[in-house]
Amino acid sequence: MYALPGGAVRRSLLLIGRGIRSEPRTFALAIGSSAVWGAAFVGVGWLLGRLTDTVVVPALTGGADSDVGTGDVLRAGLLLLALAVLTAVSVAGRRIWAGMAALDVQAGHRRRVTEQYLRLPMSWHRAHPTGQLLSNANSDAESAGYVFVPLPFALGVVVMIIGAAAAMLAADVVLGLIGVTVLPLVLAVNAVYRRWMTPAVTRVQAERAAVSDVAHESFEAATVVKSLGTETLEEERFAEATHRLRRANVTVGKVRSVFDPVIDLLPALATLAVLVVGAHRVASGDIATGDVVTASYLLTILTFPVRAIGFVLGDLPRSLVGHERVARVVDARGYLEPGRLPLQGGGGLHLEVEHVELGVGRGRDRRRLLDDVNLVVAPGRTLAVVGSTGAGKSTLVDVLMRLTDPDDGVVRYDGVDVRALSDEARTGAAALVAQQAFVFEDTVRANITLAEPSESPITDEQVWDALRLARADDFVRALPDGLDTVVGERGTSLSGGQRQRIAIARALVRRPRLLVLDDATSAVDPEVEQAILANLRRQECTVVVVAYRTATIALADRVLHLEAGRVVDVGAHEELLARDPGYARIVTAYARDRAERDERDADRGGVAR
Amino acid sequence: MSARIESTSDLGVLGTLREGLRLSPAIRRGFGVTLALAVVATLGRLVVPFTVQQATDRGLVGGVDIDLVVRMCGIAAGVLLVTSVASAWVNVRLFSATEAGLAQLRIRAFRHVHDLSVLTQNTERRGSLVSRVTSDVDTISMFVQWGGIMLILSTLQILGATVAMLFYSWQLTLVVWVVLAPMMVLAPRIQRMLNGAYGEVRARVGAMLAAISEAVVGAQTIRAYGSGQRVLRRIHTAIREHRDAGVRAQTLASAAFATGVLLAGTALAAVITVGTFLGLAGQISVGGLLAFIFLVQLFTGPVQAATEVLNEMQNAIAGWRRVISVVHTPVDIADPAEPRDLGPRGPASIALEHVHFAYPGGPPVLTDVTLDVPAGCRVAIVGETGSGKTTLARLVTRFADPVRGTVRINGVDVREAALEDLRERVVVVPQEGFLFTGTIASNVAYGRHPHPRERVEQAFAELGLLDWLATLPEGMDTDVGQRGESLSAGERQLVAIVRAYLANADVLVLDEATSAVDPATESRINRALTGLTEGRTSIAIAHRLSTAEAADMVVVVDAGRVVEVGSHAELVAAGGRYARLHASWVVQSG
Ligand SMILES: Nc1ncnc2c1ncn2[C@@H]1O[C@H](COP(=O)(O)OP(=O)(O)OP(=O)(O)O)[C@@H](O)[C@H]1O
Ligand SMILES: Nc1ncnc2c1ncn2[C@@H]1O[C@H](COP(=O)(O)OP(=O)(O)OP(=O)(O)O)[C@@H](O)[C@H]1O
Ligand SMILES: [Mg+2]
Ligand SMILES: [Mg+2]
Repeated sequence: MYALPGGAVRRSLLLIGRGIRSEPRTFALAIGSSAVWGAAFVGVGWLLGRLTDTVVVPALTGGADSDVGTGDVLRAGLLLLALAVLTAVSVAGRRIWAGMAALDVQAGHRRRVTEQYLRLPMSWHRAHPTGQLLSNANSDAESAGYVFVPLPFALGVVVMIIGAAAAMLAADVVLGLIGVTVLPLVLAVNAVYRRWMTPAVTRVQAERAAVSDVAHESFEAATVVKSLGTETLEEERFAEATHRLRRANVTVGKVRSVFDPVIDLLPALATLAVLVVGAHRVASGDIATGDVVTASYLLTILTFPVRAIGFVLGDLPRSLVGHERVARVVDARGYLEPGRLPLQGGGGLHLEVEHVELGVGRGRDRRRLLDDVNLVVAPGRTLAVVGSTGAGKSTLVDVLMRLTDPDDGVVRYDGVDVRALSDEARTGAAALVAQQAFVFEDTVRANITLAEPSESPITDEQVWDALRLARADDFVRALPDGLDTVVGERGTSLSGGQRQRIAIARALVRRPRLLVLDDATSAVDPEVEQAILANLRRQECTVVVVAYRTATIALADRVLHLEAGRVVDVGAHEELLARDPGYARIVTAYARDRAERDERDADRGGVAR
Repeated sequence: MSARIESTSDLGVLGTLREGLRLSPAIRRGFGVTLALAVVATLGRLVVPFTVQQATDRGLVGGVDIDLVVRMCGIAAGVLLVTSVASAWVNVRLFSATEAGLAQLRIRAFRHVHDLSVLTQNTERRGSLVSRVTSDVDTISMFVQWGGIMLILSTLQILGATVAMLFYSWQLTLVVWVVLAPMMVLAPRIQRMLNGAYGEVRARVGAMLAAISEAVVGAQTIRAYGSGQRVLRRIHTAIREHRDAGVRAQTLASAAFATGVLLAGTALAAVITVGTFLGLAGQISVGGLLAFIFLVQLFTGPVQAATEVLNEMQNAIAGWRRVISVVHTPVDIADPAEPRDLGPRGPASIALEHVHFAYPGGPPVLTDVTLDVPAGCRVAIVGETGSGKTTLARLVTRFADPVRGTVRINGVDVREAALEDLRERVVVVPQEGFLFTGTIASNVAYGRHPHPRERVEQAFAELGLLDWLATLPEGMDTDVGQRGESLSAGERQLVAIVRAYLANADVLVLDEATSAVDPATESRINRALTGLTEGRTSIAIAHRLSTAEAADMVVVVDAGRVVEVGSHAELVAAGGRYARLHASWVVQSG
């Protein structure tokens, strides 16, 4: 589990412990520098006092006959200078390494989160808005690492606390105790602070994600927004989310605004208490005046570590919340774990689907998307899947490609359960042209090979062959840099049909043994479509094609009619036309329309004549 | 040439600050009072050292005066409480004002993105645009909350301490300033370097988010092709580059800060050494020197604080510049100064006159297109993929302006019409549809004038889609999921059509709006639309020629030119380009 178990204190310690363990060297250097800084800081104070007493005052009051020489004065200056150098170097070391450690912790979270994004199944993605996922990888990962910036400072100066506390107790037990009480008080104040802060930062991080979500969704929808003229509506939606974030931020700010002065106040009040109690004890003769002075000086030293601890405690709730949000992603499960089996053989694949069931939702809301689907496609054969809008064709395709695992039943490639196949075996054997072509912001070549040019096993010649088969060669040749042209994000610089043909070429270039086309030529004109289909026919792979047009269906050896997730009928096109009225209604709709229109036109023509 | 969204604005530091404040006026709200309170809070810091010194000198050394000590400590405690309250109050005020200001900035930038033309929007990646209104703004908040006020307080403190120091010894004051001089000289250089370093960090955040966004949106393709490792490598590279940029910026900032610490320490050492010699020469007394040493620390403290703030400011500037560059991107499809009326509502005529178009830096896409669409006409645009049909639709809806030539609606050049008016009358269902997270009903009701539920229901009925709704578990209240992905592709298109239909425009442009819908449903919808849009002008772009068969007028586009115009029957009879296209359609559709 990535999530931290236990109560607030345990989780805080775990968070810090894990962070330090992940970057032990950097943290050691940062904490070490911090300790050196602490020592140097105390050293400067101490040296200043000593130099004043032994050099400055004697030199100035002793006049000419004091035994302080020029050398002593210069030596004093050099000593102070040396300490200044040490302070500066340790400050730099602490800040650099602390910053690096925090950035490393954040980068670690980011890597884990993004690995998950690529491993988790589509069902998970459907339930999580992209904007939120961006926020998890950005703001939440950042928050989770926040506390590590001040942490080395706080841990390093613990030395100061111990030293100062020991010295104080040595000076006088009673005064020492007053000073030491500051620490538990800081913790007590923090307990209250945490109680207020945790819900507040939880809100902030959630609202941050919400703002990111609205922004991402709205920018993705930019064209629709423009086409409906709803810019103002979107602005209002975003403003609402932004103001919720603002209010949450102000709440956090208020809590913090009170916390910081209170933390500063504690050592100050303790100093006053030491003076008052000290005065009494001096009066009663228990201690000397010098002890009081020492104790109050030590308390001012204590101010620094207390502040540093205050920083850490102040940032902890936010880090815990950030970590929790990151952990929710990292701990999500339901991967489609790959198996290990390879696939032997070549040529078309033997595809079998047995008793596949798939549902979404729970209880009464449960809806069957696929219901007892069975099918077999022999090697090299083509199966057309036909069904009305929302029948479950794409869902079936997802199951065939193992983008989703069925709740029940199996899909087999050459007799092997796809769940037992390794990822390489599965993706090497089967290629999908999805209903919605996705194009990466990359070169045309890389969009087809999906590999870096240096390590791609696919040659340019093969790429051009695939482009030719997909009838995409002409337009790619016309692009300014040919295969090296970078297409815009999501392929915005291409037309719809061009994107689709790139996607087809991407599938064909792999010479898959099973090719699955999900309505893959919907944005291609009829002529080009026919040419592509004719090319497909010459491939020797097994093909599953989701289609409506009779020409495409005619390519298939058999047709499967799917409605509401169930197989209505399977058979040759003519057989189904004859015995399955639902099927006939879909595939003959155009012809029927045409006939009707011709008839009407003829009528009208008749009347006119 | 359309405008680009630049990665960052090239305003200077002061220019950025000024523009930043102008865009977030709320930041300055009540600043005077906040500053006054902050002065009180800062003075409060001196209470404890002062009390310790006084109480020790007067109440402890040479005879204990408990009453005096108690009284002084009591007063000090009172003052401390007051200043604590003051500083808490300062914090609260700063938080409220800056958060309000930053909210203004976010909303402003967000709105501007939507005001940009489609082509300009596409010059920047979505993930990166998101970073402009989220994390780039967050970067600013640290600085505006503390930075401004700290800078002012530090300056006041530095000035105060200098005056006090001069009072004791002008020579030593000179020493202090001379020692710190290198910092003043180096500061601008360091600031410039930091500026670059932080700018790099912001750019890397944008790149990282863009990479992640692509991986998430393209998850299905990535998984189907098993190319996850490659995508992950790229994301990890982006993460590493961001981390490295962060380390570089922080190292630089730390080095700058440490230099300040070093010089402060050096100043102290120099004052003690030089001061002692001055004392030996009778230029300063012991008391004077001791007081001066205390003042040096009061002087170097704010100097260091100020460097810290300036470093933080460079970070904020980097974020600000990215937001400002969005706000400053020119809107190339803008409202005219004096918009012309598009005439009375009702069916509109459309005319294209010698229209030429090319995408920025690209070859001509439309060449000399002239077209006359009478009001109320149903036009079908057909043609090869990539021939320019979608582009043509973009010009009619004024998503882009022609390079040459004019597009007119009701005889009015669309560039002379108010965009508001145009969007009201011309509604397009784009080829790349998009649904918002929510239900089917909420998506259909989405529009300039939100539609009541009854109207939404009625629209489904009118388009003959009640049967389809009935197959869904919760009918109109079915959740559509992310980007509508819990619906099938065809179902998403149905929702988009109903939505556009409800907008009740004078001109309806359908760009492949039913490409994924099954033929039976498509035919039903088309028939319904024909009846319902009677009297509206409609332009349908479709590869399924069933649409063309039913249209009043068919326009054939080929390689950016209109090659044929006429009715379906005429064009088939003419035996040209359309006739060939139609022949292969008939073969295909049986
Ligand atoms: N994740 C999901 N949650 C809930 N319902 C879903 C989900 N995915 C799909 N559906 C529903 O399952 C049905 C089948 O969807 P599918 O995408 O498989 O249809 P299709 O046959 O491909 O349709 P089209 O021809 O429109 O592409 C649809 O009604 C859809 O709303
Ligand atoms: N944003 C863009 N930037 C640069 N070139 C573009 C852009 N959009 C389209 N193009 C190019 O302009 C040409 C016409 O594209 P358009 O989208 O208008 O074609 P289309 O006729 O709609 O094709 P389809 O039937 O495939 O949708 C194509 O060659 C395309 O690559
Ligand atoms: Mg589908
Ligand atoms: Mg198009």
